[in-house]
Amino acid sequence: MEMPLPDPVVLAKRGRIVARLAEVLPADALITDPTETRAYDCDALTAYHCLPMAVVLPRTTDEVAAVLRVCHAEGVKVIPRGAGTSLAGGSLPTPDAVVLGVARMNAVIETDYANRFIRVQAGRTNLSVTGAVEADGFFYAPDPSSQLACAIAGNIGMNSGGAHCLKYGVTTNNLLGVTMVTMAGEVVQVGGPYMDAGSLDLLGVICGSEGQLGVVTEAWLRILPKPEGARPVLMGFGSNEVAGACVSDIIKGGLLPVAIEFMDRPCIEATEAFAKAGYPDCEALLIVEVEGSPAEIDEQLARIKAIAARHNPVAYREAASEDEAKRIWLGRKSAFGAMGQMGDYICLDGTIPVSELSFVLRRIAELSDQYGLRVANVFHAGDGNMHPLIIFNANKPGDLDLAEALGADILRLCVEVGGCLTGEHGVGVEKRDLMSVQFTDADMEAQLRVKDVFDPGWLLNPAKVFPLYVTASRRAA
Amino acid sequence: MRPGSEAELAELVRVANAPFVLRGGGTRGIGVVGPGAVLETGGLAGITLYEPGALTLVVQAGTPLAQVEAALMAEGQRLPFEPPDLRGLLGRTGESTIGGVVAANASGPRRVQAGACRDSLIGVRFVDGTGTVIRNGGRVMKNVTGYDLVKLLAGSQGTLGVITEVAFKLLPAPETGATLRIEGLDDARAVAAMAAALGSPFDVTGAAHMPGWGTFLRVEGFETSVRYRVGELTKVLARFGAVEDVDGAVWQAVRDVVPFHGRAGDVWRLAVTPSDAAGLVARAGAEAALYDWGGGLVWLVVEPGVDMRARLGAFAGHATRVRGAGAVPAFPPEPAALAALSAGLRAKFDPKGLFNPGLMGAA
Repeated sequence: MEMPLPDPVVLAKRGRIVARLAEVLPADALITDPTETRAYDCDALTAYHCLPMAVVLPRTTDEVAAVLRVCHAEGVKVIPRGAGTSLAGGSLPTPDAVVLGVARMNAVIETDYANRFIRVQAGRTNLSVTGAVEADGFFYAPDPSSQLACAIAGNIGMNSGGAHCLKYGVTTNNLLGVTMVTMAGEVVQVGGPYMDAGSLDLLGVICGSEGQLGVVTEAWLRILPKPEGARPVLMGFGSNEVAGACVSDIIKGGLLPVAIEFMDRPCIEATEAFAKAGYPDCEALLIVEVEGSPAEIDEQLARIKAIAARHNPVAYREAASEDEAKRIWLGRKSAFGAMGQMGDYICLDGTIPVSELSFVLRRIAELSDQYGLRVANVFHAGDGNMHPLIIFNANKPGDLDLAEALGADILRLCVEVGGCLTGEHGVGVEKRDLMSVQFTDADMEAQLRVKDVFDPGWLLNPAKVFPLYVTASRRAA
Repeated sequence: MRPGSEAELAELVRVANAPFVLRGGGTRGIGVVGPGAVLETGGLAGITLYEPGALTLVVQAGTPLAQVEAALMAEGQRLPFEPPDLRGLLGRTGESTIGGVVAANASGPRRVQAGACRDSLIGVRFVDGTGTVIRNGGRVMKNVTGYDLVKLLAGSQGTLGVITEVAFKLLPAPETGATLRIEGLDDARAVAAMAAALGSPFDVTGAAHMPGWGTFLRVEGFETSVRYRVGELTKVLARFGAVEDVDGAVWQAVRDVVPFHGRAGDVWRLAVTPSDAAGLVARAGAEAALYDWGGGLVWLVVEPGVDMRARLGAFAGHATRVRGAGAVPAFPPEPAALAALSAGLRAKFDPKGLFNPGLMGAA
């Protein structure tokens, strides 16, 4: 992974920069001792790490603004950080940068059930947003699998999704407004407790900008009444093609399950060995979950069963109890842990048109053979967001490079069939150099112009998202 | 001017040095544009790709909305956001185009449950002010690759570029639906009733209050499920008054603001926090009001020339004048810091100031 050379001017005035930060922050909000900053040298993309110049952990929007004013004046790069759970290296530091973590800003500011929103500080974890409203029958819909740990700030940065996007959308569809601090230290409010922008939809481009346009410190989030109940059904099929056709028929049948999860044979075998969920021995497996009252669930599942029957499932199991529902989800939820047992893995995140599912799975199997690395597939089939897991051995020289090369080939395949590099994890540093596979230089230039407007000095998270050659002249200016 | 292809359009823009007034079907544009040569997108028409099994549609911007809706209906699907037809309100004729719907981020009653036009929009192609074709998003429903210019273009009213192609995620059309009415509620009570319904787990897809007509709630889905939810909602709403089952045709009246058709005066549209709505309407001194989106959207008729923003003072949300003229701009002015960002974006995407100059933000 190539990162830009650190700025020698900034490195040379480290003492002064730290002193200025110390002037605007409480003592416990500034960390410079390398034994402590080490905790911030990487995120969940653990293959890459780097000690930052300093870490700041402000508690208020005003402190964030003060830090940014200092960094702006001194020309110091800033790496915004939520909870550090990015799989794409979105908060990977550089030696000449200050990491700005918002994890201490985790309060609920306002809960409003009549208008169905909650306003939180952006360091609050995703699951604890739902936690704040569930006793009153509400929830926050986006549910990335890291939801126990990940912060709303990072969710907004990456426009995070989850398993239930087919029905509820991703972060951008559930975000009403933000308080954001610009790199120049100006506090702005974009959107608020109302629907839609009256002018340009700046909120729409801030969400998913990977911390490159500003530091989000507060958010108004849409909350929804909890459905009366939910029930999963598990079905096994003789081939990936048949399972894919069944997904398509369920959607064409007018049903909108909250989740349609797909696992292929390598994934079923690995999770079965690990979690012993009692999954059938088959080529492909679907978990379909529907919501509503018991009668509504019965009706939807009756329709789904009739559709599935046309595809000759080798197994079909409806959860008759809470316990059986848990068992159906057990394997799926253990998939990543199971892969961890088999070795190190890279988790990809490309999206494909659902119609290309069986072709793409066949090509992935061929590429897997070609590279001599195992690939297991588990993904959100309803929306085509794939998560191929490439198993490798980090202790074997060259194996990580080989796995990354295979990953890049799989992502190129996703783009070739009409899809994209990343459905919910973000580009970060991980997929930065593949952006030119999906976008022309003109497409990328249009995006860079947005950053030029929000952060003319290119100080916020600058070496991410776009290939370095595309941003070089701007970062040097 | 009416280019017949994206390439022709791009060349036209590349060599241009005088402003254009962009037009889809000319059915929903608001505010003061011009002077400039009219640039129509009607020559860019046709469905590029429709995959019912993937719930996705890619369509050229100049395609009539009616043609898009007919193609989807044939497969039992629809655009989730129920785009309004504002011809009757604005006194226009012509044929709404799908690109115009996107440029206006036009969303109807279902917005309260299924999101706005911008939430269903998953891809866009456009020609910027230098004549360069730019692509963003794509045809898949989960995509976080690079910045989301798709959202930025939705609702940009043609001020950032000429949209040439758009892609949507779709929803299955429901098997059936039901509409409930409560009569005689005052505005504040009506908003409270709508909040109670929208805060229930019964998946309400429309919540509107039209003084004189009643307060309306809609559920949609499979037959047995709709019947069940009608029963449950009737219980939830019992404390507000008698609940009756009525014809669903009322949603077209809500969507297209039919009660205001043929009424004289200026029309304003407010986006507000629903529980503020009734108080703001009282402050507005309007001749008539209509509430959609559970009270989050308010339409007002007032005497010509009123500066509604001055009359309302500060509130969470914004006010747009959709019909009428006056000294104040039609689109809501932004706070200085945001106005600077918006002006910066316009200067980057349209450096020659070609597209609908002065329509949004400062001229």
